[in-house]
Parts: sequence; structure tokens; C-alpha cells
Amino acid sequence: MKLELQGITKRFGSLVANDNIDLVVNPGQVHCLLGENGAGKSTLMNVLYGLYEPSDGHILVDGKPVTFRGPGDAMAAGIGMVHQHFMLIPVFTVAENVALGDEHTKAGGILDLDKTRARIREISDRYGFDVDPDALVEDLPVGVQQRVEIIKALVRKAEVLILDEPTAVLTPQETDELIQIIEELKAGGTAIVFISHKLREVKAVSDVITVIRRGAVVGTVEPTASTGELASMMVGRQVSLSLNKAPATPGDTTFTVRDLTVPGPGGQKLLDNVSFEISKGEILAVAGVQGNGQTELTEAILGLHPHASGSVRLNGKELLGMKVKDIIREGVGFVPEDRKVDGLVGSFSIAENMILNWYNEPPFAKGMAMKPSVVLKNAREKVAEFDVRTQSAEAPVSTLSGGNQQKVVLARELSRPLNLFIASQPTRGVDVGSIEFLHKRIVTERDGGTPVMIVSTELDEISELADRIAVLHGGELMGVVPGDTSRDVLGLMMAGMTAEEALGQGQHRDTGETDR
Amino acid sequence: MSAANRGTEAGAEETAAPPPAPGTGDTTPAPQDSEDRGPGILKSIVTGSSLVAILAVVLSIVLGGILIALTDEDVAAAASYFFTRPTDTFLAAWEAASSAYVALFQGAVFNPRADSLALMFRPLTETFTVATPLILAGLGVAVAFRAGLFNIGAQGQIILGAMFAGWIGFSWHLPFGLHLVFVVLAGFVGGALWGFIPGILKARTGAHEVIVTIMLNYIAIYLVGYLLTTPSFQNPGSANPISPRLDETALFPQILGPQFRLHLGFLVAIAATYGVWWLLNRSTVGFELRAVGANPSAARTAGISVTKGYVVVMMLAGGLAGLAGVAQVAGTEQVLTSGIAASFGFDAITVALLGRSHPWGVFFAGVLFGAFRAGGVQMQTLTGTPIDIVLVVQSLIVLFIAAPPLVKAIFRIDRKEKPSRKNQKATTSGGAA
Amino acid sequence: MSIAASVNDSRVTGSSTRSWKAPIGFGVGALLALFVFALGGPATTAVFRVSDDSDRFRLADIALPANVVGWVVAIALIAITVYSYLQVRRGAGINQWAGIAYAFLFVVGFLTWVVGIADRPTISLAGLVAGSVTLAIPLIFGSLSGVLCERVGVVNIAIEGQLLSGAFAAAVAASVSGSVYVGLIAAAFAGVLVSLILAIFSIKYLVNQIIVGVVLNVLVSGLTGFLASTLLSRDSATFNSPPSLPDIRIPLLADIPVIGPILFQQTIVGYFMYAAVIVIWLGLYRTKWGLRVRAVGEHPQAADTMGIKVNSTRFWNVLLGGAVAGFGGAFFTLVSVSTFTRDMTAGQGYIALAALIFGRWNPIGAFFAALLFGFATNLRFVLSIIGTDVPSQFLAMLPYIVTILAVAGLVGRSRPPAAGGIPYVKE
Repeated sequence: MKLELQGITKRFGSLVANDNIDLVVNPGQVHCLLGENGAGKSTLMNVLYGLYEPSDGHILVDGKPVTFRGPGDAMAAGIGMVHQHFMLIPVFTVAENVALGDEHTKAGGILDLDKTRARIREISDRYGFDVDPDALVEDLPVGVQQRVEIIKALVRKAEVLILDEPTAVLTPQETDELIQIIEELKAGGTAIVFISHKLREVKAVSDVITVIRRGAVVGTVEPTASTGELASMMVGRQVSLSLNKAPATPGDTTFTVRDLTVPGPGGQKLLDNVSFEISKGEILAVAGVQGNGQTELTEAILGLHPHASGSVRLNGKELLGMKVKDIIREGVGFVPEDRKVDGLVGSFSIAENMILNWYNEPPFAKGMAMKPSVVLKNAREKVAEFDVRTQSAEAPVSTLSGGNQQKVVLARELSRPLNLFIASQPTRGVDVGSIEFLHKRIVTERDGGTPVMIVSTELDEISELADRIAVLHGGELMGVVPGDTSRDVLGLMMAGMTAEEALGQGQHRDTGETDR
Repeated sequence: MSAANRGTEAGAEETAAPPPAPGTGDTTPAPQDSEDRGPGILKSIVTGSSLVAILAVVLSIVLGGILIALTDEDVAAAASYFFTRPTDTFLAAWEAASSAYVALFQGAVFNPRADSLALMFRPLTETFTVATPLILAGLGVAVAFRAGLFNIGAQGQIILGAMFAGWIGFSWHLPFGLHLVFVVLAGFVGGALWGFIPGILKARTGAHEVIVTIMLNYIAIYLVGYLLTTPSFQNPGSANPISPRLDETALFPQILGPQFRLHLGFLVAIAATYGVWWLLNRSTVGFELRAVGANPSAARTAGISVTKGYVVVMMLAGGLAGLAGVAQVAGTEQVLTSGIAASFGFDAITVALLGRSHPWGVFFAGVLFGAFRAGGVQMQTLTGTPIDIVLVVQSLIVLFIAAPPLVKAIFRIDRKEKPSRKNQKATTSGGAA
Repeated sequence: MSIAASVNDSRVTGSSTRSWKAPIGFGVGALLALFVFALGGPATTAVFRVSDDSDRFRLADIALPANVVGWVVAIALIAITVYSYLQVRRGAGINQWAGIAYAFLFVVGFLTWVVGIADRPTISLAGLVAGSVTLAIPLIFGSLSGVLCERVGVVNIAIEGQLLSGAFAAAVAASVSGSVYVGLIAAAFAGVLVSLILAIFSIKYLVNQIIVGVVLNVLVSGLTGFLASTLLSRDSATFNSPPSLPDIRIPLLADIPVIGPILFQQTIVGYFMYAAVIVIWLGLYRTKWGLRVRAVGEHPQAADTMGIKVNSTRFWNVLLGGAVAGFGGAFFTLVSVSTFTRDMTAGQGYIALAALIFGRWNPIGAFFAALLFGFATNLRFVLSIIGTDVPSQFLAMLPYIVTILAVAGLVGRSRPPAAGGIPYVKE
């Protein structure tokens, strides 16, 4: 089946999310859609999948124009989609999830899941998915959940499969498995639309690449194009992929973590005996696939996990067991991984958010009384200093773009005297212009002599900022390696190899297959 | 946080960041928080939120009038010969509705037929008297709202407040002044106790406060019913479940003299309104409560204790409703009965909603609904229109205010926003099917 | 207490977390039994009459020596508590039958004690059970409405209003038409009207569902109260004297002791109640419709991407819920009392809401929870007849206290539909 998009435009009010986009997807081809966060890739795919109605333009299937009034129409036309956030119902079984919307029934509308189970087994066997139709989805690892999503599409005889940022939650190994699956699907004649902002995997998997920027197609290129070329197309200007930072000059080791363990609700260990230290003037970057204990690590340091055990010492003082408020008072700056959920109160003004964890300290409050004028004055200064683009410091913070929201969080955390600075995913969902700015501020903080801990799932960011790199897998620390450690070694560690093993094998790999 | 929410937020992330135009940056016009800023209020009148409120009130009163007319006997009589003289029907309908509302107005604000100028304004003092518990309990609901909690339990909290205050009032015998202070404190404590239960359960076990507070309302009713059959609460010599009269020293003094029922409780309500405003908008406690209400995760990360916030705000909410109980038992009723809370606890919810959970909004909503209630009594006596119409009008007002697009559609304002309305229609067309 | 829980959704019960709530809860109850039922057990014999003299089949009365039963129950409860403590300490789950046995024993102990201390320690078991079912009928309809709405992600606080509107409409329509069946249809229709407002405001205008529910209850109370004091009181012969629904007795089956009357001697409303519980349960868990409904209530976005129309599913389910509750409201005016009086539902809608939660959003769970609440209410009436020292107010509080314990997770863990209360908006 050949799928064509002609002049697709999608507006939300005055905002143009997709501007006159053309795209052709051929059977047995992997077509990559490359673009930054917010470039409009997901919007385009939601249009294609019938979730949004396009404001303008046509969708053609095998040369005939079609209109999708909903996902049902798109599925009927042979389009399947694996969403970035899986569309699975946690309390349903695999079979129930697969059957949903396309149920086999006996007389009287009684569900007949046996047929669905048989189909799941059939597909599972064919592609080696190893999925139990009667398992409860919430009990499955993310990699398997993703296969359930693919099964959902295949059961509906999808000829075009859209994968939206499919590798965001996968280990490098799982990513390899996914690429294998993609190859097999391709060999079977399925057309794949692969959406990503990661240059490396896009180059590895695609037959043709379309780059999108600010809602419009910038160009279509072959996967042989260089990484630099793709990057500058994606961003719209020459980007220096490396930050020019001076080498670290580590001072005293003031922050030590020993045997930090965080138990999960079911008795498993979300963080298992993690030990490391950070010196003044040094950036330790924590790498790992999402959900391998990074969140627990940062939250435990901030005192958000009451059952954490071990030791966390800052300037000789034990932080574990202290209240969050007191830990913040000890000079710990914290940028949470999800700023909208944990970092900002959307309905509060920028000014209020600037003092969110410092509201009852002088000069902002005296006793119980707050001083609105001081709060506002502070906010105006910080807005100017951090170049937060807003008309008023009194505007609700939710009216800002992602990058500017992140600047508010950083401005708040960096404007106190710090003894430790922790930032999780400091540039997630942030436009490239802001990324550079934010990275520079983080390095400035390091150069001022603060121990800095960065948590990121993006290896690019890790390599750019790290003086040393710690890798987490399954809640365990796989080792701490120098900042210039190769990607392959890091990938192996992220998949569960210790530093020594990975270094041994990684070198082997480096020599074996230098150019992938 | 739900999956749906997460989903929409993720979607917004993709689309909400508009391409920054060179030079200007991606600035967005800042909607003003309408609270506590004069220009904000003016702006909100112009831009519609106050306009919608006014229209909602008007619309509800008109609908109430139609209901009165439809059930009126004279209208029915005139309608039987509608086709010979239709004007009679309309005149009768107008007569029925307008006389009811005129009576309501005279019972709530100004009665021109009274003997003296002072007495002419007696209805207004009645309005304030009735408004007192409504404002206090409404503040209780509103405060909880601001911390993200739904306090349906004002009814029970009023009862507990009245119970505690009443008991101190009739069984302790203290000097003038001191006695009243103790009565007021006891009322606050009683209500706070009844607020503490849902607060601590929410904080510790995640029990939904809506369910717990509803259940506590009933427990409070049966509890006071039981206590009023015991010797320590029941008036000696009375067979009815009624307490002794509170000591004179335990009562709120009547501030306008004996011919008016208006008592010091009204000033307490004004003070409480100011106090809650200050607490919410100018104090660190309020900052914490609002943060907990708007985004508990972020509050937690910022070192604000969410569990403590829930407990504190529910105790404060309960305490305020408890003060409403004091206003009843030590002001208006002067004895404790099982019906001491009337339906103030439930009306308080509508008051808080109409006041949009802003303290002064609650105050004026309380006065408005107090007027309805005070005038409703007069209306029922003079025109025979049942006071239930007040409930109908009140609930309609709240419904309409909660759905501005509906009011705007009815009055056909906001035509300029047509595209966005169409947009909304498209997203919810399933619902309209 | 876990009867309701164990009927379905057993996978929710089997939680892997080590929770001390169950042993603590069991322990408190066991202590209560020890001090009240055993140590406080009267030296009387509590007599439970199983059959009436007029019955076709007669069984012997059950006579229980109150203090002996008190001790037996207390010891058994302590044993179950110890068992649960050991299980939790080992990190193992507690067998659900232990919970069921505990609940049963507790009820037996309580009944024996409470009847034993009465002036005339004899009650009719058949009457107690039959009365409980009758009192539970509107609660069950109400909680089924709640199940239908909440399973699809719309919180329904307006059950009270739906019941009241059904009661009102049934009275007026049956009076005017002279037919109870017209009354029943009108009742369902009135419930639908209330639901319509709930659906439009919460789904189309995205108003907070709890707000709409609360306000709707006030609106219906005001409206029916207003009409009752105008139209109905002016001409009650025409508008407010509905005929009563007759009992339909199935011969022979109705003569089975205790369960015969509750299953086979009911009004049409009663039979509909049983049918509704079974049909809705089957529908939710065994049909395509149910799968879709539950998907919408759990993860509307996922349902949407599978081509299910989220908001229209919600809309129709809320309407269906209204019809069920409205129909149940007819019980008040066509079965229980034969005239409409203002606010006659007296908070039963809120108890139905409690039954729904206590029954874990499951029709059968809600059914048993409502029965328990009906039982508590009926026990109050029965005990006041035989003369007891237990203040009736405490018995009246019981359902509410039990509900608070249930939502606090002290009696098992409940897990509401994940998307409950959140409007679904695309984009």
C-alpha cells in the first residue's frame, strides 16, 4: 500500500503546527521523520491516524484520496500506530487490549477472546515476540508492552505502521531487537514511518529521511547523509555539536553517596546499593535508559523517598532522613525530570514559581507574612538575567514555552548559594536555542565550584556535559567512567554490563565494526 | 495524574511551543489573575467572567419566574381560555412571577410598608443574619477547594461546631466575654475535629475526601440526635431532643438592638473573610495550601508537606464551618437542636462555587443567597410561593456559572470566538450525539 | 466485609505489598468481639425464628445462648487475626475466605449479642432478611447507576437526584394515568433527564463532575419540593395518589424458608433489580460493550486510538445509569410509600454511592454492599421493636462508618476506574 500526504496543514488557533507537508511512504520502505521536539512530527502523525482533522491538504491511499474521521477509519485503511506513550489499558490483559475496538463476538455481543488469543500467538510466534495473551499489561516490561502495541496494529492488518519515538524507553539492546523486527516487517511488505529526533538510529534504520522543522518539511535526504548535515537541517543552522567547556578542576569531595537503596512497593529494589561521590567543580552525569533508577536516585537525595537506606552526605552532614525542606536549606539545587509535574505550579505566576521552594525565607517572607513586592522584584531581575521570554513576571508560568519554563526552574535553583546542584533531563522538550543557554549555565555553576549531578537519557547530552559518567541499570550502578568514554561502551553498560566488561568488549567492538 | 492528562500534556508539548518570531521571542499575552487587583476586576467585567456571572443570575431568576408562573393557579385559570384572550395568561404569569419576586425583595432588602425607616431596613439585617453561617461555611468549602480538596462535609462540621459551642454555652457558666470566647473557640475546634478526619484519612490512606465528608455528615446528624437524648445535652423536663438555652453570657450580642436579630456573628464572618483572604494570598501558609492544591507533586518537590497541607486545610475548613455552627447556636437559634445546621452546609457548597472560592466572592455570594433565603420566607408567607424556588434558582445559578460557554451561547455573545467554539464542538461532538 | 470484594476483580485483591491493615483491622474487631460479645454477653438465649406460623414449610427456630456464642465468635476471630498476622509476616497473602469467614462470624456474634440484650430476645430471621432486601432495592438501583457512570469515567454524585426525580415522576405519572407501569417508565425517563444535565455539563462543557452532581441534587430537591408544595398539594387526588405495585408471588418457590420471599415474592421492581444486577455484571465483564466501557473509564485516550468514541460512550452510559436509578426511584412511591413527599429519598442516593465504592465499582459487589446497608437499616427497625438498649442512632451510623473504613482501605483495597472524574478532551 502506498501512502501519500499532500499539502497537509494543521492549525491550532493561530498556531500552525503543520505547514503544507508532503510525504510519500512506499511499501517495504522505512521512512524516517526527523525533527526536534515540537517540530510537528507527532501532530502530523495524529492527522494521518485520524486523531486530528487536517485544516488543509489530502491523504491518498494507493492514489485515492481518503478522509479519516477517526482512528477507526485510519485502521480500516491499513494504518497502524505505536504511540510514544503506549495506548494500553494497564488493568486489561494483552488479549483484551488487542481485541479492544475490533472484538470478535459470539451471539448477543458476548466477547470471544479465543480468536484474539490465537491471532496473538500466531503473530508472536512469527516474529518471536514471546507475548502471553493472558498476561496483565501492567505487569509487563516496557519492551514487551511495545510489542503488544505492534501486535495490535498487525492484528488489524496494518500495511503502514507508524512508530512514534519508539526507542525513547528502550535499552540499546531492545532497540536492536526493535530494528530487527522492523527489518522483518519491511521484508513482509509493510511500510514503516519511523519518527525520531535521534540522528544515529534514524541513520541506522531508514531508507529515506524527511526532515521537519517548525512544522514544515525542510528536505528529504538519503540515510547516507552525514550526521552534521542532518543536524543542521533539523535545527536550521550550523550547530556545534560540542559545548566548549574548560576541563574540570575538581576540588574537595564534598558529596558522597554510600549504599543508597530504595525499596519499591512490591519489595523489589528500585535502587540497589549505589555508591559514588562528586567533587566541587565537577559534573557527574548519570546515564541510563529511562526507568532504571535515575528518578529514585535524585528523589532519594532530595529526601522524597522515606524508605531509602544507606548514606547521603553533603559537607559531612547526613541528608538521609532529613525533610525535603531542610535538605533544600542545606543548599541543594534540584531540577526535576518533569518540570510540569514536579518543578512548577502551572497556575502560579512566574514570580511565585521563582520562589516555590524558598517562599518562607527572608527576604520573601517575615514570619507568616509574605512580601509580594520583594517577590515580584526578585522575579523581574531573574527574568532579565535568564532571558525568560514573557511580557510580565506576573503571568502564569503555564503560558510560557517549554524552554522558558525550564529557564524559570533553573533561575530559581541557581539563584541560591548552592552546595550541590542536581538536574534531571535539564533540556528535555526544550528548543535548541535554549539548550545551549541552559548547558552554559550548568557549566558556569560547575566552574563556580559546585558539585553538579546531571541525569539524562540522551547520550549526546551526557557526553557534552560530563566530566565523569555514572551508568545505572536496573537500579544498580554499573560503574563510573571518564567523560570521554565511547558511546558503545556506555551502551553496553546501559544494557547491564559492568564498566570493566563493557570496556573490554567495547574496544573489541570498536575495532570490529567501526562504522555502522 | 491520569493517563489522559499526561497524554494531553504531551500533545501540548508538541504543539504549544510556537515558532518564535525573530526578535520578539515567543511571548504570550499574560492573562491576569483577577484576584485582589482592582484593574483585574474591571478587566474581568469587560472581558466577560463577571458578565457571565451577572447573566447567569438573571437567567436563573427568569427561569425561576417561569416556573412560578407555570404552577400558578391564576395562570392555569387564564390559560384555560388562552385562545380567546391570550393576554390574560401572560398578564397572570407576569403577575404571579413578579409578585413573588417583589415579596422576595421586600423580605430580603427593603420593606416600604414598615412603620419606621429602621424597620424598613429590617429585611436587610435579616439577610445579613442568614448570610452569616452561609459565609462562614462557604469559606470553609472555599479554603479546601483552594487546596484541591472537595469539602462536602460543611453540614457535619457545622453540627459539630454547634454541638461543641452549645455544650460550652449551656453547661459552663463563665463571666461575660470570656464565656463567648470559649464558645467560639469550642465551635472552631468541633468543626476542625470533623475536618481533621477526612484530612488525615486523605493524607495517610488516600481516602477520597468527598466520600468521607459525605459519610461524616450523616454520622454527625445521628451523633447530635443521640446526644440530645442524653442527660448532659437534653433540656431537663423536655421530651423533645432539644438542649437548654445557652447562657446569656454565651450568646453573640445583637449589634443593632433587640428588634433586629443581626448579631455579632456577622462581624465575625467579615473578619473571617478578611482573615481567609490574608491567609490565602499574603501568608506562607496560604502559599503552601495553594501550591498543594494546584500541583501536589511540585509542592512536595519544593519541600512543602502535602499531607500536612491536607490536614491543616481540612481542619481550617472544618473550623470555619464550625464557626457557622456557632453563629447558629449562639446567634440565631440560641438552643441546640438536631436541625441546627438546616441546609447551610449544602448551600455553602453553592456559595463557594458562586464565589469562585475567592474569599470576598464567597462573602458576596453568601449575602446573595442569604437574601434569597431571608426573602424566600417572606415570599412564602405573602404569596404562597414555596421557598424551594430559592433552591432551584441557586442551583441554576451555579450550573450556569460553571459553564460560561452555555451562558454565552444562550445570550449569543462572543461571536468573535466562533472558530474556537467550533473547535470545541468538534472535540466534544461525541457528547452531543 | 470482603464478600463484595472477592466476587470479582480478585487480581486487585492479590496485592503483593506487605500491608498490615488487614491484621490491624481484624485485631480491632476481635477485641471488640472479646469485650462486647464475650465478656459483655448476656446470659440469655437469642432466638432467631426461621419460619412464620403461617408458612407452608416450617423449620425449627435457632436458639443461641448469647454468652457462649460470644465466646466462640471472639476466639474464632482472634484465631483469624493471628492467622492473618502470620501470613503477612511471611509476606504471603491472606486467603479471601478468611475475610469472608471473619465477616460472617462477626455478624453472627453481633446479632446474637444485640438480640440477647434486648427485652424480648426473639426476632424473625426471615423478616429481617426480607426487610433488608426490600430496603436495599433503591440502594442497589442507585449504585448500579453509579457503576454504569463511573465505569465509563463519569463520577455520579447525582444518584440522590436521580432517585428523587424517579420517585416524583413515578408518583405523578402513575396517579394521572392510573397505571403503575406508566409510572415506572416515567421514573426511568426522569432519571434520564437528570443524567442528561450531568452528561451535557460534564462531557460537553467540561464542568467538574462532582460540582454538577452536588448541584443537581440541590436542583432536583428544590424542583420536586416546589412542585410537591404547589401542584401536588393543591390536587393530590389527581397528582399524588399513585396505585401500588402488587407483589408477584411465584407459587411453591416462594415457600422456601428465608430465601423464598426475597427471591420469589417481589414486586416487578424487585425482580428487575435482580435482573439488572446480573445483566449489568455480564455486560461489563463478558461483552464487547463492557470491554469498551471499561476501556473508556480506564484510559480514554487508548480507547480513542482504537476507534472507540469516548465521549459518546460516556454520554450514553450516563443516560443509561440515569434510567436505572430513576426506575429504582419508583420504589419509593410505588412500593414503599404511596405518596410523594419532599426529599423522601433522605440521602439514600449517597448511601448508594457508598455501596458502589464499598462494592468496588462492581455490580455484584455493589449489590452485596447495598444489602449490608439495607440490613443495618432494617436491624435498627427490628431492634426498636424488640426493645434494646443500643441507641438506634449508632446502628444508623453503621453503614457510614463502614464506608469510611472501606475508602480508607482498612477493609481491603479498592481501585476506582483510573479516568474517573476527568473530562476527555482531544488535543
